[in-house]
Amino acid sequence: MATRPDRPRSPHLFSGPLALHYRWSPAMAASIFHRVTGDGMATVGTALLVWWLAAIAAGPDAYAAFLNVFTHADGGLNPIGWVVGVALTWAVFQHMMSGIRHLVMDTGAAFELKTNRTLAALTFVASVLLTAAFWLYLGIK
Amino acid sequence: MTTQIGRVRGLGSAHAGAHHWWHQKITAGTNVLLVVWLLASIARLPAYDYTTVRLWLHSMWAAVPMVLLIASVFYHFRLGLQVVIEDYAHKENRFVMMILLNVFTAAAAAIAIVSILKVAFGAAA
Ligand code: HEM
Repeated sequence: MATRPDRPRSPHLFSGPLALHYRWSPAMAASIFHRVTGDGMATVGTALLVWWLAAIAAGPDAYAAFLNVFTHADGGLNPIGWVVGVALTWAVFQHMMSGIRHLVMDTGAAFELKTNRTLAALTFVASVLLTAAFWLYLGIK
Repeated sequence: MTTQIGRVRGLGSAHAGAHHWWHQKITAGTNVLLVVWLLASIARLPAYDYTTVRLWLHSMWAAVPMVLLIASVFYHFRLGLQVVIEDYAHKENRFVMMILLNVFTAAAAAIAIVSILKVAFGAAA
């Protein structure tokens, strides 16, 4: 066979820094963010959850060391606390919404182009609204 | 007794069937319940100081769902990360990554569950 030109291999994604071979679509974004948020929760989220539980079990000093990373002395969140807290809650809601979309599609539903697009876009709307609602509730309670 | 066709139906050529996929979906469902429970519980705590949080986790009403959450979520992400590793790591790398994943999941689960039980069975304050 004659020499063939280099072709992108599936699922080869990038043709340069941030330049995708593909045109963005809601379904592609939902899929990528399902993986990113799942991986993020499984690594960073797991580490923080285990640290939090172990600190509660270890006693007041260990718990204070945990709190000190994320809060000011007055108990309010510091910048790290805000970034980690909002990012993690958004990741939970986004993964939950695209996960429910997965379960819906497993039944064979929502493959029609328009419905599929709408449902994928809705996962982002819902995750942002739920994250905002969660933090508003914390703020006003 | 099953017929030969009954024995292999739905299993495909891997002979292992769809357990990985099915368990990922089952834990997705249990995750929804348990994660919503955790977020709601955290949001409704009156404060986040050591005494309040410890007293909360000391209660069976928090300790039991928390152990269930660790089991459901950790099994779920163990299955999920396996798929990610199979997508990107090959040959020896895949073998090593899978072992690291199992060690990470088991170690994290053990620390989490023992911590919960220590608080649950420990003194109230
Ligand atoms: C809150 C409820 C949740 C739902 C409804 C859910 C749903 C799902 C579903 C349906 C899948 C399979 C996707 C597929 O078949 O391709 C999945 C994958 C995954 N989930 Fe979840 N999940 C939830 C919570 C979590 C949590 C809390 C974590 C981590 C701590 C997590 C980590 C993962 C990972 C790492 C994957 C693999 C992602 C991939 O293959 O790209 N999930 N989830």
